Amino acid sequence: MSETRFTDQHEWVRIDGDEGTVGITKYATEQLGDVVYVELPSVGKSLAKGAEAAVVESVKAASEVYAPIGGAVTTVNEALNADPATVNASPEGDGWFFKMKIADASEATKLMTAAAYADYVKGL
Amino acid sequence: MVPFAGYDMPVQYPSGIIKEHLHTREKAGLFDVSHMGQAFLSGADPARALERVTPADLAGLKQGMQRYGLLLNDQGGIKDDFMTTRLEGEPALFLVVNASMKESDFAYIGERLKGVATLAPQPDRALLALQGPAAGAVLSRHAPGIDGLTFMQVVRTGIAGIPAIVGRTGYTGEDGFEISIAAKDAEVLARRLLREAEVMPIGLGARDSLRLEAGLCLYGHDIDETTDPVEANLVWAIGKRRKLEKDFPAADKIMQALHCGAARKRVGIRPDGKAPVRDGAEILNKDGRVIGRITSGGYGPSLNAPIAMGYVEAPYAGDGTELGLSVRGKIVPARVAPMPFVAHRYKRAI
Repeated sequence: MSETRFTDQHEWVRIDGDEGTVGITKYATEQLGDVVYVELPSVGKSLAKGAEAAVVESVKAASEVYAPIGGAVTTVNEALNADPATVNASPEGDGWFFKMKIADASEATKLMTAAAYADYVKGL
Repeated sequence: MVPFAGYDMPVQYPSGIIKEHLHTREKAGLFDVSHMGQAFLSGADPARALERVTPADLAGLKQGMQRYGLLLNDQGGIKDDFMTTRLEGEPALFLVVNASMKESDFAYIGERLKGVATLAPQPDRALLALQGPAAGAVLSRHAPGIDGLTFMQVVRTGIAGIPAIVGRTGYTGEDGFEISIAAKDAEVLARRLLREAEVMPIGLGARDSLRLEAGLCLYGHDIDETTDPVEANLVWAIGKRRKLEKDFPAADKIMQALHCGAARKRVGIRPDGKAPVRDGAEILNKDGRVIGRITSGGYGPSLNAPIAMGYVEAPYAGDGTELGLSVRGKIVPARVAPMPFVAHRYKRAI
């Protein structure tokens, strides 16, 4: 069973055992507008929770994406290099950024659930 | 919506910047640029008077025509760029200046021209821009004959019965019009034009990407009081007669720069790869020495590639010169490239 958790910086992480898949939320893409480039982390890179993991560039501006939890990057979504607009089209599906081997599963429990994040966004 | 020059302005409408940009190049986009400063300048010879603060040939500006000008300070720095129109049969000149600079410009012009010309700001006038290849056909439906205007021609006419000053001009590189009307008429006219099938509303985001592809300067970024017309590559904005008469601010200094060459130059830059390079990024030569700075940069939707402009030391200003751009601690290879990045499609007089 996988579970998706959310940060107040509008990243999501889907947890499948010790694997985490990270992306940005639909709300984030709506704020950013058309995504034209994603700078993905290097495979093997070790990220602490909250470390800068990627950069997403829209027509308007560059924004950092932070690691929702700590771990080592195992795979990056190369498809975004060819078609960064996938992030807008499917932010919480095909527009994922990278996968990581989770270092400490307990970090995820401190993140927002889907329901809590929905409430959080409503209040913005 | 974002704050811009004291106004709440839309960065984009729901369709988004890329669609708005491409639509303007393909059909027609409507821009609300009412934040720009408009004014009339009257006096015995307002054109000669205004030449005190600009190197543009305004005395030679024909009736019914508009011309680009630079407002200079006494050091030859650029205080603003602006448009001057001499309307048919009207003694006063019509000026349009940048929103962020209008108060400062109007104060400067008023003070420098005291006793010879009187500036009357028009805060109750709105400005709409209709830009794109379909603009002529669309506007003709509301102002028959308007499509006969050519680039930089301006008339007073009615659009859908609304009194307007209409110029075949714009800030996108496309054919199009700028329409000055009373603020009270702006919403009615905007809604009328938006009802046309070819027309989409366009926000500030696409306005910026369109002008950057067209190689046009954004005041406060690509030109400001620390840049002069020669290094900004805007020598064409100095009238031929003005160069001979040398009677504009800092004329000696600017003419000397013109003859000896400026130490740095504004150039177009194409970064390799896909990553946009933004305003402020350092430009390096092949040895890694900083030789300049990006002043505008982003993504060009019509090119599907990053584009930028910036200033480099003069020896590096030639087309094709290889450069490096510093982005988040990495060096992105780039090349000096000719501007405009996307060819202008003005409807010029034959």
